[in-house]
Amino acid sequence: MLFGLHWDTAHGDLAFAASILPMLLIGMWVTIEASILGFFVALIIGLILSVLKAAPSRLIRWPALAVAEFIRDTPLLVQLFFLYYVLPDYGIVLPAFLTGALALGIQYSAYTAEVYRAGLEAVPHGQHEAARALDLPARRTFTHVVLPQAVPRVVPAMGNYLVSIMKDVPVLSVVTVLEMLNVAKIIGDQTFNYMIPLTMVGGLYMILTIFASALVRFADRKLPKRGIALR
Amino acid sequence: MSEPMIRFDKVEKSFGTFNVLKDLDFEVARGEKVTIIGPSGSGKSTVLRILMTLEDITGGAVYVGGDPLWHEEKGGKLVPASEGHLRQMRTQLGMVFQSFNLFPHMTVLRNLTEAPRVVLGLSKAEAKDRAEELLELVGLTEHAHKFPNQLSGGQQQRVGIARALAMRPKVMLFDEPTSALDPELVGEVLNVIRGLSEEHDLTMLMVTHEMRFAREISDRVCFFDGGKICESGTPEEIFGNPKEERTKQFLHAVLEGD
Amino acid sequence: MVSWTDYLVPLSQGAWVTVQLTFWSTILGAILSFAGGIGKLSPIRPVRWLSVTYVEVFRGTSLLVQLFWLYFALPVAGDAIGVNLRLPPVTAGVLALSLNIGAYGAEVVRGAIQSVSKAQYEAAKAMNFTPRQTLWRVALPQAIPEMMPSFSNLAVQNLKDTALASLISLGDLAFKAEQLRNYYQDSTTVYTIVLFMYFGMALVLSVLMRLLERNVGRWRGARR
Repeated sequence: MLFGLHWDTAHGDLAFAASILPMLLIGMWVTIEASILGFFVALIIGLILSVLKAAPSRLIRWPALAVAEFIRDTPLLVQLFFLYYVLPDYGIVLPAFLTGALALGIQYSAYTAEVYRAGLEAVPHGQHEAARALDLPARRTFTHVVLPQAVPRVVPAMGNYLVSIMKDVPVLSVVTVLEMLNVAKIIGDQTFNYMIPLTMVGGLYMILTIFASALVRFADRKLPKRGIALR
Repeated sequence: MSEPMIRFDKVEKSFGTFNVLKDLDFEVARGEKVTIIGPSGSGKSTVLRILMTLEDITGGAVYVGGDPLWHEEKGGKLVPASEGHLRQMRTQLGMVFQSFNLFPHMTVLRNLTEAPRVVLGLSKAEAKDRAEELLELVGLTEHAHKFPNQLSGGQQQRVGIARALAMRPKVMLFDEPTSALDPELVGEVLNVIRGLSEEHDLTMLMVTHEMRFAREISDRVCFFDGGKICESGTPEEIFGNPKEERTKQFLHAVLEGD
Repeated sequence: MVSWTDYLVPLSQGAWVTVQLTFWSTILGAILSFAGGIGKLSPIRPVRWLSVTYVEVFRGTSLLVQLFWLYFALPVAGDAIGVNLRLPPVTAGVLALSLNIGAYGAEVVRGAIQSVSKAQYEAAKAMNFTPRQTLWRVALPQAIPEMMPSFSNLAVQNLKDTALASLISLGDLAFKAEQLRNYYQDSTTVYTIVLFMYFGMALVLSVLMRLLERNVGRWRGARR
């Protein structure tokens, strides 16, 4: 029994599969929630990192570069364990789900920071010069000239990282988050039938990533290539 | 004389709805040196590319050495050529490209020995002897162990010529061999081609914008316009006394600056 | 009182397992990358379909799902058809890691082969190379240097991914870390050391990949 639901092991594979599908779907919902939360954390920390990495002062820039490289070069699993076991030692006790989303967000912030940088660098230098020629204040140049042109370049790459995050959510099972794979593993442990739940998780993942990739492509198509209008 | 080396028989070639070649009849005799001139987009290069089997034809037939190039005989009927037939036919042809197209990851020597070894099955020593002979012919012996990007454009094109010759083709196709070169490097490449034009057995078909050179080495010059041969004759006839109005206009335009 | 140096021996043992896992799965993954990438461009339809399916399935699902499937589900499938498919953890780990990284690598290989210019294929045809000779002697040697930066990233990715093998009780670095934490309840020290060990290994791997990259692309660096 899981989530108050029962599996049916008495009426063949098909009945078994049908009986565990609702449980896997509950797990899938957790997977989606963790992905989206982790994604937003990655967007925010990545933005901070990318700003620090471009700071004029070496005292800020170099540590930021080192931290980003460190995050990128170490495994999500170990980072997750670190947060899960170390934070409580310092009095920060988070639910496993939030710790997991935080770990995902930190791991991927190293990647999203790169996307921000590439997006901003892709805005041609002439655009900055044109804005200066028009005497636009720096802030207005950024919000009305640079950002609208950078966003369409950034969205598809960010979208791909959302899909990657989704595929990393099962790692959160190690800290007891009941996402899709963990649900399947528990069902397998208790029914001694791993084949069906694990294969179903594979299938559900295919559906999830195909759907998410299509969404990213759709967003990419909808965004005008020359920049977005602010009004 | 016998069968011509190259024969185009009512050849059609279209890219989508655009007809590059229209009902083209065209012959080159064995050992003949023919130059094709004409405005860009007239289908000059397409003739060479069809011969090298880089482009297929939409209609008609092409013969090389008397055998159909894009067809083969099967059960008394002509059917579209198989890859095997095309490979057989390609052994007679060599091509020099406008942008050289050397293999950038191979040394000059390797560019010359690779195909003779793996395609013709020559031994390492045989291929090397042949390559060294050719490098001497094009004057690049001391550059044998360099990579193409260490050479000037003119040197690269001379390697390109040597590479094509290494396969001992009966027909050499030159597709605007000097168009991608800086003006001061054109001469060294033309000198090599000039030397080749004295080879009696070698059939040469060249597309070029070098009118003076065309006049000097060609047995025959063909003026192409709109996918057809507009006028064909000896260099003296074409350059000295063109009959067609289009030929006159073209020559007037290109020789203006000369 | 234990000192942090007491952790170093077990952690080094784990790191050595991680190095071996990374090495074998990167090698096998590279082979699968080429097979999948070349297969996707094959004129033979079943080969193409097989390659596309392989790439889509392993890129479309999660590595941990693949690992669990190979380790937990495959033996069940084996029992059903009367074959023993119980894989030792090392085999399941190397297999899952390389199948996964190979699917990503296949896209890199395909992209790099397709980026070789049309002019090169035409030159190869004019020299009468067969399609196979063209692939091996003209296209791939030019495509491989093109692949190297992506391969470097994938190799580091693979090193990080080996940590997941600890979840099927393979005694790698992440596994040893978990053991030590359980035993000494000193998570801060253990995980800090372990993170730095992974970081160090990743840096060494990056340097090795850069050396390899320079080696396969020597002809590109040559200048007059």
